[in-house]
Amino acid sequence: MKLKKKIAVSETGFIFDPTTGDSFSLNPTAAEILNLLKDGKNEKEIKKIIMTSYDVDESTFERSFLDFMAMLRLYNMIEEHEEN
Amino acid sequence: MKKTKITVAVSGLNNTDNPGPGIPVIRALRESEVFDVRIIGLAYENLEPGIYMHNVVDKVYQVPYPSIGSDKLLQRLSYIHSIEKIDVLIPNFDAELYSFISFENKLNEMGIGTWLPTMEQFEERHKTKLPEFGKKYGVHVPHSRPINSISEIDSLTPEFSYPLLVKGKFYDAYVAFNPEQVALYFNKIATKWGVPIIIQQFIRGTEVNVIALGDGKGNTIGAVPMRKQYITDKGKAWGGITLDDQDMLDLCHKILKKTKWRGGMELELIKTFDNKYYLIEINPRIPAWVYLAVGAGQNLPEAMVKLALGRKVKPFTTYESGKMFIRYSWDMIVDLKEFEQLSTNGEL
Repeated sequence: MKLKKKIAVSETGFIFDPTTGDSFSLNPTAAEILNLLKDGKNEKEIKKIIMTSYDVDESTFERSFLDFMAMLRLYNMIEEHEEN
Repeated sequence: MKKTKITVAVSGLNNTDNPGPGIPVIRALRESEVFDVRIIGLAYENLEPGIYMHNVVDKVYQVPYPSIGSDKLLQRLSYIHSIEKIDVLIPNFDAELYSFISFENKLNEMGIGTWLPTMEQFEERHKTKLPEFGKKYGVHVPHSRPINSISEIDSLTPEFSYPLLVKGKFYDAYVAFNPEQVALYFNKIATKWGVPIIIQQFIRGTEVNVIALGDGKGNTIGAVPMRKQYITDKGKAWGGITLDDQDMLDLCHKILKKTKWRGGMELELIKTFDNKYYLIEINPRIPAWVYLAVGAGQNLPEAMVKLALGRKVKPFTTYESGKMFIRYSWDMIVDLKEFEQLSTNGEL
């Protein structure tokens, strides 16, 4: 799954969706994950990078990550047709 | 390059609970790269703020309400024109458009340029005829029906389900959750704008708008979509943001192409949660938030003046999304002498 191209992401973790005019603020961890998504990384790659950089166990990461992805989907920021 | 001097008459100088587009239009024209504009304000009431904004409006004339009769209005305009030599006239009130459209030919004969929808275009997009418009042009439109009396309210169900919208023929719209509320709003609106009152199906979703300018031949000269971010209790935008929404623009192009729309217009749409667009209203004039379009890169009032003067205009193809406007009002201090002068002489 990929982030929609039009989504604007700033370094501070501010997101703007120009198709709806909505904006969001992310905490630093979410901002990092979103930037990895933006770079085209898949779930496995993101998991590896985050778990290497931070002291987090696998189940905690997966639960939080899936919740975050669900929220992105809820706000229509994910390209649905490329889901795999 | 040297600018062409022209005189433009503008109405809609009001800024109460229903802000007029006059001042934003003038701001846009002042920023024109090709015109050096002298602005003649046309005022219906003595307390329209634009009257006293001397840095914005060069000269003001009071004009009679259209309800008094088109003849009186045309007569007054002839007088003003004899003094000011108006090049272009831009009406901005829904309530005055019918009059200006009906004697547009006479204005043009006097040498006053206009860029207004045709009477046919004006009439067929009317709130009372929106369902036919939707069918004819293949546009989703909420079900609606005009009513002329309170006795018709009981027969609204099961044709409509609650909540529904109660709309005035020119302005005002309220959401009603039961027949008692419909009656309340009916009386409120009828007192102000008369009948018919339009009952419209309530569509759940996000309210979005497009400002557009048509060349009368089916081409879109400019179009900028926006979402209201702060809405007053009258449904007016007090803040908004431009959107990057190709589907909305495509719908706009489709409507302008099929209707061969001439002049400025505002599409009011509801975007449902499954990304469907319902057209809830077409305002046949430039909306009060036009300056947002200017800020996003499309000076539509300037383009409209060019069209009115018979000039060729290259269509805008881009605008900047993510541009916001936030409306602000300030108290302007006016000396009683100015108010007196306008009240007494009919000009300032």
